[in-house]
Amino acid sequence: MDTDQLIRTLAADNAYRARPIGVALMLALLAAAPVSLLIFFAELGVRPDVMTAMHNPFFDLKFAVTLALAASAIAVSLHLSRPEASLRSFGWWLLIPAGILVAAISGEMMMPQRTPMMTRLIGKNSMACMTAIPAMSLPLLVGALYGLRQGAPARPAVAGAVAGLLCAGLAATVYASHCTDDSPLFVATWYTLATAIVASVGALMGTRALRY
Amino acid sequence: MREREDEWTDLMRSAISGDDAAYHRLLKAITPVLRAAARRGLARAGQPVDQSEDIVQDILLAVHLKRQTWDSNAPFAPWLFAIARNKLIDALRRRGKRIFVNIDDFAETLPGETPEPTASPSEVTAQLQALPARQRDVLQSIAVDSASIKDTAAKFSMTEGAVRVALHRGLASLTAKLRDQ
Repeated sequence: MDTDQLIRTLAADNAYRARPIGVALMLALLAAAPVSLLIFFAELGVRPDVMTAMHNPFFDLKFAVTLALAASAIAVSLHLSRPEASLRSFGWWLLIPAGILVAAISGEMMMPQRTPMMTRLIGKNSMACMTAIPAMSLPLLVGALYGLRQGAPARPAVAGAVAGLLCAGLAATVYASHCTDDSPLFVATWYTLATAIVASVGALMGTRALRY
Repeated sequence: MREREDEWTDLMRSAISGDDAAYHRLLKAITPVLRAAARRGLARAGQPVDQSEDIVQDILLAVHLKRQTWDSNAPFAPWLFAIARNKLIDALRRRGKRIFVNIDDFAETLPGETPEPTASPSEVTAQLQALPARQRDVLQSIAVDSASIKDTAAKFSMTEGAVRVALHRGLASLTAKLRDQ
C-alpha cells in the first residue's frame, strides 16, 4: 500500500468518530467500580460508628483530601492524554490535595490532643490501609488505563502514574469510611504510601498500555 | 509557514465536521512535510533514508486514529508535530534494535532473495496480510482498487455500515500490529 492509497483509505474512514476521552474514561471507571466496591464490602465495610464519626471534622477531611486527589488527577489525566501536553502547565493541580493535608495537619497540631503524636501517626489500621487501597485501586486502574488508551500521551509512564493517583484517590475515598484512624498525620503517612504504590504500578502498566 | 499552518487548522476543522475532501486535502498537504522530517531524522540517526515512507505511514495512521485528542480550538500544527516526533523516535528506536538483530538473519536469507531492494513492500502492506480476511478485503478494495465504500459493500455483499466498521477496525488493528511488531 503506498502512501497515496493509505491517505485515500484514511479519508474514507473520516466518518468514524471515537468517544471523547473523558467519556471513555468515565465509562471504564464505572465498569470497574463494582469490583472495587465488592472488595470493600466483602473484606472491610463501613465503620460501625460512622454516624458519630461524621461530626468529627478530621473524619470529613479525609474525604476532602482523597476526593481532591481523585478530581485533580482526573483533570491532569485528561490533559496528559493529548500528544502535545506535558505536566508543566497542569501538574500543580496535583498539589491541591497535598495542600489540604498540610492545612489539616497544622489544624490538628493547634488543638489539644489526648493521644501523643506518634500514636496518632502509627494508628491501628496501617496494614489494612496499605493493602486495601492498592487492592481496591487495581480494578479501577485497569479500567482507567483501558479508557485512556483512546488518548495519545507523550509520556505513557507519566500518564500511567497519574492514572494511578486517580484510582488511589477513588479507592481511598471509599476506604476512608472504614478506617477509624482520622488523624491527618495517619493519612499523610499511610494513605500517601499506599497511593505511591498504586502510582508506581500505574507507571509500569502505563508504559505498555498507553503507548500509541 | 504561519499561513500554511492556519490552512491545516481550517482543513482539520472541516474534516471533523464531516468534510471528507477537506480531510483528504489535509493529509495530502502534511505528507511532504512529514516525509522531509522523517528523512532528516533517519539521516541524523545514520539510517537509510529510503525507510522514511514507513514512518510517514505510521504517523498518518496515528494522526487518523488519535484525531479525537486534538482540541479544535487549538492550532493543528503543534499537535501534528508532537505525534510525528513521538512516532519518529519510536521508529528509530525500533530500527536500532532490529538492525542489530537482523545481521544474522541477512546472512541466511540474502542469497535466495530477489535482487530488487527498492521493491520491498511497506510495513503497512506486510501487516495487511496478517489481518482477518474481512478487514483485509475491505482495506484492499478501498486502498488498492480505489473502490468507494458503496462499491465495496456491493462487491462483498455487505451493508455500507459493515464496510465502515471493517474499515475502521482494519486500520486500528493495522496500527496495533505496527506498534507491537
